[in-house]
Amino acid sequence: MTDVVATNQTILVVGGGISGMTAALEAAECGKDVILLEKNPSLGGRVSQLYKYFPKLCFPTCGMEINLRRIKARNNLRVMTLAEVTKVSGDKGNYSVDVKISPRYVNENCTACGACSDAVSAEFDNEHNYNLDKRKGAYLPFTMAFPQRYVIDPAMIGTDDAAKAKDACPVGAIDLDMAEENIQLNVGSVVWATGWKPYDAAKIQPYGYDRFDNVITSVELERMMDPQGPTGGKLIRPSDGKEAKDVAFIQCAGSRDRNHLRHCSRICCMASLKQSTYTREKFGDEGKSTIYYIDIRAIDRFEDFYQKVKSDSTVNFIKSKVASVVEDKDTGNPILKGVDTEGYKRYANPHDLVVLAVGMEPSVNFNDAPVDIVSNEFGFIEANPENGGLFGAGCASDALDVNRAVQSATASALRAIQVVNQVAEAED
Amino acid sequence: MSELNNRVVEKYRNNFLKEVEANVEEGDWVKMCMQCGVCAGSCPLGDAWEHTPQKLFMMIRAGKRDEVLSSDAMWMCTSCYNCIVRCPRELPITHIMHGLAHYAARLGLSPKNQPTQKFAQLFWDNLTKTGRVNELKLGLNLYFMNGFSEGVKKSLEMRSIGQGMFFAKRLNPMEILGGHGVKDQAGFHAMLDKAREIEDAKLDKFGK
Ligand SMILES: Cc1cc2nc3c(=O)[nH]c(=O)nc-3n(C[C@H](O)[C@H](O)[C@H](O)COP(=O)(O)OP(=O)(O)OC[C@H]3O[C@@H](n4cnc5c(N)ncnc54)[C@H](O)[C@@H]3O)c2cc1C
Ligand code: SF4
Ligand code: SF4
Repeated sequence: MTDVVATNQTILVVGGGISGMTAALEAAECGKDVILLEKNPSLGGRVSQLYKYFPKLCFPTCGMEINLRRIKARNNLRVMTLAEVTKVSGDKGNYSVDVKISPRYVNENCTACGACSDAVSAEFDNEHNYNLDKRKGAYLPFTMAFPQRYVIDPAMIGTDDAAKAKDACPVGAIDLDMAEENIQLNVGSVVWATGWKPYDAAKIQPYGYDRFDNVITSVELERMMDPQGPTGGKLIRPSDGKEAKDVAFIQCAGSRDRNHLRHCSRICCMASLKQSTYTREKFGDEGKSTIYYIDIRAIDRFEDFYQKVKSDSTVNFIKSKVASVVEDKDTGNPILKGVDTEGYKRYANPHDLVVLAVGMEPSVNFNDAPVDIVSNEFGFIEANPENGGLFGAGCASDALDVNRAVQSATASALRAIQVVNQVAEAED
Repeated sequence: MSELNNRVVEKYRNNFLKEVEANVEEGDWVKMCMQCGVCAGSCPLGDAWEHTPQKLFMMIRAGKRDEVLSSDAMWMCTSCYNCIVRCPRELPITHIMHGLAHYAARLGLSPKNQPTQKFAQLFWDNLTKTGRVNELKLGLNLYFMNGFSEGVKKSLEMRSIGQGMFFAKRLNPMEILGGHGVKDQAGFHAMLDKAREIEDAKLDKFGK
């Protein structure tokens, strides 16, 4: 049984992405008692699935490492993975939170040696790579996963493979009898940092994401670029493994569209500008990127980045929302059709690969969550006094880039600290 | 130029967008267009016309009154509704296209000898006689639209289709004598008169 001591001076942070880690750390480093819940087997969130960060084009693993070191250094910050909130009741300064913890089937003795993984043969879709490849039934979610502890896929339980994994473990860390647990936490304030998910590209029917191999999403491209991703870091097209030297980006795929998401997702223009540098990185002057856009929204300081990309002769901009994508059966090339707003010229342009710059929606729709919190029409959390001691942070509150997500997380940590400070004063 | 046209020109001066908003069906949607181009790219007529909806909407905003109202683009619209379904701003594009066509016709500015416009008139005149379309007369009127000799040629060309329709009981040669109609002829015509009255009242307000 997991034994977690919490009081109404504890701050609960739900979601262990960059925002949740930041909020938890800021509060813990101010001396507060913090619990960080993550529903996946590892902390990291979507940032751990990015290849490089705009605007500096550095690797997110670096920031992740720093954050993990900070987390390990605090004994007033406890991390619980595979944990989800099922119910919240009570008021500001005194909440009761029901949490469901799914079994990992691997205990803290695990040294991450990987013997269990070597022993099993069953494979499952690899969610870390957006299901573009497979992972073993006994696995570490990704190299930098925290905690550094393997996971047995629940579908393995009862199979020979599970028994093989157990036998292979040299330190007896595998416990196949582990069961789901339900615990209750008493906390003073809750920060929701449950983040975002990519809009379902298959819903944008004219772009053929579900029909054409060589139409992929922006999040999938990030995984392909990663040396540990599904293609081993090669920029190739799914249909035939040919190098994708001529890449088209379709902006606002699902955003700013009353048939899909009405809001501007704010980061996808910058994401595509960044990804145009991936083509250059792989193929130099031979690479070609074409960005189809309504208007480029490189928010505030990022205008510089836009200008830099614009001055690259391998990057081409076409002001047009693509009307449809068809496939050239002989070459497998996607052909983009539409009308260029600058000159009203029709085009039908073939490319090697098409990347849909998909929009962001909240991963938890707060209009329909196990907590009573004010949210807007898209399901993002609104800042509202009615929310009492509940606060949104990062992409749970809006479509944000990392910089802004972290700012928002710090602000929420401060608000949560104020709540538990009030509780402490009242109890003195 | 019609008297009506002079009146609206006088009233709106250089603000064609205002004129469209006030007088064209669904015209107040025009300003909502963000010029993304999806309607233009989705139109199955492709490059068969010069002005796509996207372009027309920009021309309206740019005050290109003569070019817009004399364009044949609105008359080419087949009402496939592809653009309406795709428009990220949900503009009722097809309806605006028809609204513009109607408005241009009312002001006497629509293009002369535009075949779909001619057909629309033929269809209307045919239908309003009895409340039912007289297929035979409509077909003949259409074939002879551009003169006698071309009409004969076209009729011969279409002979086998005519025969097919006859055997499928879709075409009755006796229709030449007047044809079938709705039961309540008086009621039908009273209804049309009322609709015309409402339209004329609307028209009377243009430019006032
Ligand atoms: C293609 C693409 C490229 C991008 N590139 C950049 C870039 O280069 N630079 C940049 O600044 N930004 C970039 N972004 C934006 C960046 O990904 C986000 O700003 C960032 O992920 C926000 O972090 P977050 O912690 O708010 O959310 P997330 O990363 O989504 O983290 C949320 C966490 O909460 C967990 N969670 C969800 N629901 C629950 C629940 N019910 N209970 C418990 N836990 C839960 C999730 O498992 C996850 O770990 C990019 C976005 C896209 C789409
Ligand atoms: S950031 Fe750019 S691509 Fe994304 S929704 Fe906004 S305008 Fe469209
Ligand atoms: S699809 Fe809609 S918003 Fe886009 S150009 Fe056409 S009318 Fe304007």
